Amino acid sequence: MKKKLRVKRSKHIDETYKISFKFNGKLYHGFKGDTLASALLANDIHLVGRSFKYHRPRGIMTAGSEEPNAIVQLHNNSPRTEPNVRATEVEIYEGLEASSQNCWPSVNFDFGGINNLLSPLLPAGFYYKTFMWPASFWEKYEYFIRKSAGLGKSPTKPDPDIYEHRYIHCDVLVIGAGISGIISAKTAAKNGFKTLLVDEKPYLGGSTIYQNSEYFKINNQNSGSWLEKEINEIKKIKNLEIKTRTSVAAYHGYNYLLARENLTDHLQIERRKNKTRHKLLKIRAKKVITATGSIERPLVFDNNDRPGILLSSAIKKYADLFGVACGEKNILFTNNDSAYETAISLIQKGINIEAIVDNREEVSSKLIYEVEKNNVKIYKGHTITNTHGYKRIKKISIMQLSKDGHNVVGSKIHLSCDCLGISGGWTPAVHLFTQSGGKLKFRDEDQVFIPNIYPSDQISVGACNGDLTLDTILVNVPKSLKDFLDIKKNVYENFEVLSSHNNSKRNIWLLPSDKILGKTKSFVDYQNDATAKDIKLALREGFKSIEHVKRYTTTGMGTDQGKLGNMHALGIISETSEAKMGELGTTTFRPPYTPLTFGTIVGRNVGEYFDVYRKTPIHEWHEKNNAKFENVGQWKRAWYYPKNKEDMFQAVQRESKAARESAGILDASTLGKIDIQGTDASEFLNRVYTNAWSKLEIGKCRYGLMLNEDGMVYDDGVTTRLGENHYLMTTTTGGAANVLGKLEDYLQTEWPELDVYLTSVTDHFATISVCGPNSKKIISEIFPSLDLSDKNFPHMSFKKTKIGKIHCRIMRISFTGEQSYEINVQANFGKSVWEKCIEVGKNYNITPYGTETMHLLRAEKGFIIVGQDTDATMTPIDLQMDWIVSKKKYDFIGKRSLYRSDTIREDRKQLVGLLTDNPNEILEEGAQIVADINKSPIEMLGHVTSSYFSPNLKKSIALGVVKGGKNMLGQRLIIPMENKKINVTVTDPVFLDKENNRLNA
Amino acid sequence: MFLINCPFCGEREQSEFKAGGEAHIVRPKQPTELSDDEWAEYLFMRKNIKGVQLERWNHIHGCRKWFNIVRDTTNDEIKAVYKMGEKPPI
Ligand SMILES: [Zn+2]
Repeated sequence: MKKKLRVKRSKHIDETYKISFKFNGKLYHGFKGDTLASALLANDIHLVGRSFKYHRPRGIMTAGSEEPNAIVQLHNNSPRTEPNVRATEVEIYEGLEASSQNCWPSVNFDFGGINNLLSPLLPAGFYYKTFMWPASFWEKYEYFIRKSAGLGKSPTKPDPDIYEHRYIHCDVLVIGAGISGIISAKTAAKNGFKTLLVDEKPYLGGSTIYQNSEYFKINNQNSGSWLEKEINEIKKIKNLEIKTRTSVAAYHGYNYLLARENLTDHLQIERRKNKTRHKLLKIRAKKVITATGSIERPLVFDNNDRPGILLSSAIKKYADLFGVACGEKNILFTNNDSAYETAISLIQKGINIEAIVDNREEVSSKLIYEVEKNNVKIYKGHTITNTHGYKRIKKISIMQLSKDGHNVVGSKIHLSCDCLGISGGWTPAVHLFTQSGGKLKFRDEDQVFIPNIYPSDQISVGACNGDLTLDTILVNVPKSLKDFLDIKKNVYENFEVLSSHNNSKRNIWLLPSDKILGKTKSFVDYQNDATAKDIKLALREGFKSIEHVKRYTTTGMGTDQGKLGNMHALGIISETSEAKMGELGTTTFRPPYTPLTFGTIVGRNVGEYFDVYRKTPIHEWHEKNNAKFENVGQWKRAWYYPKNKEDMFQAVQRESKAARESAGILDASTLGKIDIQGTDASEFLNRVYTNAWSKLEIGKCRYGLMLNEDGMVYDDGVTTRLGENHYLMTTTTGGAANVLGKLEDYLQTEWPELDVYLTSVTDHFATISVCGPNSKKIISEIFPSLDLSDKNFPHMSFKKTKIGKIHCRIMRISFTGEQSYEINVQANFGKSVWEKCIEVGKNYNITPYGTETMHLLRAEKGFIIVGQDTDATMTPIDLQMDWIVSKKKYDFIGKRSLYRSDTIREDRKQLVGLLTDNPNEILEEGAQIVADINKSPIEMLGHVTSSYFSPNLKKSIALGVVKGGKNMLGQRLIIPMENKKINVTVTDPVFLDKENNRLNA
Repeated sequence: MFLINCPFCGEREQSEFKAGGEAHIVRPKQPTELSDDEWAEYLFMRKNIKGVQLERWNHIHGCRKWFNIVRDTTNDEIKAVYKMGEKPPI
């Protein structure tokens, strides 16, 4: 039998515009204006997912961004798929496809449902206690946990959408366009402030806009109609910008806020093409008015999580705004007057109410009187003790509360229903306020936290400030605005307000039941499946701080960050531990308020790395020639160039051999380059490098090592003296920006008297390194007029020359130990000069090689790579590079630290070479090095930093750092691996051509 | 995220700057004359004040100039900005 759940026409819903969509593969219809949740409810679907831990069936619970249960996956298996979307926020469009996500294999038959039956075995902290032991079992547990817990699936294909970032500067930002926000925005804008009003929903007016009853009036009009006029008016104000579908995700210091403007998610997929999907708004506001309203609290009783149980205010919103009845037999359960507002809305729309259960004893108000007049049975002083129905609520059990509210008395009454609305009062939405650094205070009368101390120029107004009724809002909001904006006359004054609420509330954090607590499932945090019992267990096990209880029970975590349940958790802790709520404090509400997509966060930088990457001028050639790339900082560097299905090892072996036997060519453009000029340039270099620079002749190059002030190696590279007062420094690829920053620091703050100017020229030049025994022949063919004799152009020297009209700087320097020339040309000629080298080099089998071969070749020579063979604990002495540390210079950066008691220790880790007994055994980089494996615990002497199979030496070679390694030459050490021990011998770190004959060969 | 008033460029986003730690720590002119303890004092010891602190900042993605600020570390309020070599105005 099909229920008729669409009731009375609503302005918000366009019933002439029918929309079809799919949920869990089945086709349904809704109307324009519906959310996925309202459309599902209109189709009598409550069950949408399974809970995280116990896999209990869960339904739609709210009508907003606080939804903990109705979390769905959109467009599964498409590049646009998105997990963890709240059905209450999805606006439906033609072709929408949504599916339940926390269930396997289906929402109606869920394998994990067995967890519910096993729940006595799954107390709080269960995952910590069980799955962590024994450690070796974790992998097996993990498979099942991942499979059955799954919080949705990430897209696996590239994101087809466009995202933007935008800066907005305004005088006043108003967050939330409910009645308080509308009043605030109008007041600010009318007083000349450049104002921005944002709201997460697609419409303005919050919950007042659908308030249409005789009981809430402003200046003798229904509050909803009054607000609608106000909204129409503010839309005309020029200095007021209004953004709907825009949710503020984070509120940082200095009134810096991040908001996500959602531009296309409500459109049919076909209409999204070439449109920006999300815009991340980076808002700098002089003043911020937070008007984020309040969130209704659930009530905590046994089995309070069944599908069909909603917040009372959500039932009202579905009826008033969407014209949808959530059930045909509705029961409301409340501790305050709000449920009666819902009841009146339902009565107005002809929706049946079976009963209202009110835990207050003696209570009367105009609202209650009106409901009673309509023959709705009200059970005063009662509580629900249990609910029944697995996939949909069917029945509730109620009992009378004792006078003190601690127990239930009398006999049980059973009431049948298909929908239950619960109302535990209201919680001001203070999340953004606390994110900004604001401090809360606790208001005892109605048990709420409200803003107390503001850290920046901001105020909270309306319900989020604890003004929870229409009359207090209309009195207090204009008053606060007057002070905050420092204005003389307020546009809103002397309202005539009718608000029919009775403010009484009977707050019982955990409602009693006829069962013992251990046998109940009273959910506090629905999304994380944390129950009252779990919280009490945590307290019994000794957790006292709310932050600890949060982590142990997972209450307040997840995508909803405890929007619904946090107060109950605190309340139960407070009652159990007899600590005052105000003193307990709340847990930290972390940004984002609602989840953001990666696209929103990275903006234009969607793609593989969510970041920009840098390409050398020769990049295109590498791509064409099948290079594999390696990320070095933001750079894409050619890693190796596989030929004929070679793997990396084979390609690197071939490249390394070719470079030593004939010629290799490397794109070294990524090396940092700093142009240094000024009359004190030489003195400056003297102070920043460990070796001496004053005597370096013009046209010569020198290798330099740069330390931190603590004596540890920081960077290295070759610097060339181009002129009397002109040097070109090269740095490591990854260190370029930091080196420049450090040099500027010393220049500006310690040595301002030096006449030196630094300019980064990394991007201005392409650097091509040609090495190998035939490199000289290749260079001479490219530059026929250049005298390449060792006498005229020796190792570590520099020449200026030209190819045609292209100026070239050639440095004869070597990082491979081979004779080698580095050609630097203006970046835009880089590719053509590279191609020329390749062309000319053909006769010599010139072989392009990448970073991996470069690393192998230098390791054969024992040259270090800063950051690979060093970390921030290696001095030049540890690296056996004493030769580069000047004994004569009075001072340089880090010098004093080289003879601190700690840096002169003999047993520091020192760089050594390592040779395996078996020449074919290649060590793993990072592997630990020990001497004695019989001693327990085994002493770790160091680790392997670089390891390769050398095709030129035909054996495995490695560099490593070993405690006291300098004096261990010839000593035998052990590298213990998972299944074996590898025996090694400590050697000199230089494996090949110790005499440097090849440099001039 | 702070707004920092670079003395050379004006008010800019914090993301354009790099923090450089405590201000007014002068590198000793004659490090070789110092004992290990004295050198360590310069090298490692920082006050890390809870409250008003003098700090070095670099406008690394702007004019690249170093300068000092006076910041209250409890609420991130920047009370003053001044150039290298100048005395703190507060
Ligand atoms: Zn600047």
